[in-house]
Amino acid sequence: MIKRVFEGHVDYMQILDEKGNMDQSALPSGLGDDAILEMYRQMSFARALDAKALSLQRQGRAVTYAPLLGQEATQIGAALAMRKSDLFVPNFRQHGVFIARGVPLYNIFMFWRGFEEGNIISRELGVFPYIVPVSSQMPHAAGIAFAQKYKGADAAVVAFCGDGGTSEGDFYEALNFAGVFKLPLVAIIENNQWAISVPRKNQSAAETLAQKGIAAGVEVMQVDGNDVIAVYKAVGDAIGRAKAGTTLIECVTYRMSMHTTADDPTKYRPDAEVEAWKQRDPIARVGTYLRAKGLWDDQKEAGMQEGFKKTIDEGVEKAEQFKPDPKSMFDNVYSFMPQTLKDEYDEAVKEGFWQQQR
Amino acid sequence: MQMNMVSALNSALDAILKENENAVVLGEDVGTDGGVFRVTDGLRSKYGEKRVIDTPLAESVIIGSSIGMAMCGMLPIAEIQFAGFMYMGFDELINHAARYRSRSRSTFTVPMIVRTPVSGGVRTLEHHSDSPEVYYSHVGGLIVVEPSSPYDAKGLLIKASRMKDPVIFLEPTKLYRLFKQEVPEEPYEVEIGKASKVSEGDDLAIITYGTMVPVVKDVVAQKKVSAEVIDIRTINPLDEAAILEAAKKTGKVLIVHEAQLGFGAGAEIAARLAEKAIFDLDAPIMRVGSDSLPYPFPGYEQYYIPNALKISRAIDKLLSQ
Repeated sequence: MIKRVFEGHVDYMQILDEKGNMDQSALPSGLGDDAILEMYRQMSFARALDAKALSLQRQGRAVTYAPLLGQEATQIGAALAMRKSDLFVPNFRQHGVFIARGVPLYNIFMFWRGFEEGNIISRELGVFPYIVPVSSQMPHAAGIAFAQKYKGADAAVVAFCGDGGTSEGDFYEALNFAGVFKLPLVAIIENNQWAISVPRKNQSAAETLAQKGIAAGVEVMQVDGNDVIAVYKAVGDAIGRAKAGTTLIECVTYRMSMHTTADDPTKYRPDAEVEAWKQRDPIARVGTYLRAKGLWDDQKEAGMQEGFKKTIDEGVEKAEQFKPDPKSMFDNVYSFMPQTLKDEYDEAVKEGFWQQQR
Repeated sequence: MQMNMVSALNSALDAILKENENAVVLGEDVGTDGGVFRVTDGLRSKYGEKRVIDTPLAESVIIGSSIGMAMCGMLPIAEIQFAGFMYMGFDELINHAARYRSRSRSTFTVPMIVRTPVSGGVRTLEHHSDSPEVYYSHVGGLIVVEPSSPYDAKGLLIKASRMKDPVIFLEPTKLYRLFKQEVPEEPYEVEIGKASKVSEGDDLAIITYGTMVPVVKDVVAQKKVSAEVIDIRTINPLDEAAILEAAKKTGKVLIVHEAQLGFGAGAEIAARLAEKAIFDLDAPIMRVGSDSLPYPFPGYEQYYIPNALKISRAIDKLLSQ
């Protein structure tokens, strides 16, 4: 005897298409023109910040940097759907979420200049530090969600990983754990199609990455990750039902730039693919929509960009004034100073090992 | 009250859960089953399934979720069923538990405890007898503790629960039920980072910890040598002062641990002695450990773990110098 014991499916959502046409019937209630303008501004700001960080890296004023170009809708849509009480767990590319959550530019530039002090982020902002090892942040997100449930807090946890990240064991362990305990977790796959040089199709034979959540028994959804409205709605809905359990959302987007400043994408991916995705730009389609409604024009655009430049330059300037004190390395290992560690510090000071660096 | 190490640990966990409402015990089979060694026995019926949590069988998320909980004001006490399975969560410990404090300049801290049974001598299957203390000590940022008595086990665990740091708490399986000792029923602390003087003596110093403490004590008693025996109890951070003091007092040092000899804790201790006490010594520093090969199947373990004869010969050699 054979009988079918399970069937699953994955829904795909798009509300604002690449030509700027809005599916008004699917537009979340309460999302008025002002909110859409704010989305546009935030995405544009993320792009401006990204361009600046890339330029700083090229000038040797920042360390290896992971650009977000092309992924603004996924990041800003998710960030703006979050409530103040919600918590955010990034990997290393969500600078857009950081700024939308109010993380000072100083912190972001400090991190990308190579100083831990960039992670001194006010706990009030509900943002956790960048995490580099792929998907290793997902178990933390599960634990953070566990703590919200344990304390009865009205808070959901939004965590990001990439398409490559879904191949990691930690991705599945975390989702499985969240599924068992029905944790208030919204796990977002920022599927930008490339894990450095490995394309999406070589990452998994699964037709969608969202369906990986079905195995963990959580809600799943796939959205147009270049449609800020769809991302906003999907994440908002998932937060709305977070008390009942976990949702996995695959945002289908594209990494228009390099993985990090350490690689050259022209070596491994076809120009035609990049050109095709340019037509699906997340910011341009909102701009088209707003201009058609008479809410945006070239003058407003110029004024906005000028304001961004000033804000960003101030953040950079502040970060570049920072002078590291090696003592901070020693002071932040344990809650106390072990004598053996103190001996190493004292020796360095006494012998002046750091004089040349200063 | 007379307690073995299992009941002392159980008593400590009971005290911690009672004292701190944000403390939870989590791991595989820690709930209804009370843990494979019964360390968490009875805790679920007392504190409920909200606080004594049977997790899915996945070490990385047991440790990784504990990190997340710890950053949100909880005190997770994770049990990893055997040290050999803890490597599945090694990345979370080395890359994250050890580093959140430093990477955020103490904005995000990880007060948590990971308990696991270590070392062999009880004829278990492969991967159930590892002595991994050095792996966790090398990175910095983790505290690594290993008691050798019921009294120390309870006091160190309670102390660990009151610190704001990630603590790797290693429990020698062989010592779980080896002997009982008088242990207060009330909570008390044993200082972390401080060695204990097991016996006083003048002829040589023996620096040891874990499963080797009772073996060393027996050898010293049988040989009737005057040995200053130090149980370091905390592998990292090391109580260097206590080690140097014992070395300076006796002029001869033997280091004994069950972990493999090569690159073991003994190497670290010997190096510190060589740097800071060499002119107080009148003999080369000696080490005894397991042979530098992977822990064997139980049929071979009697040839592998340092035994009384190996320690005894090392003492003879040292005293003849």
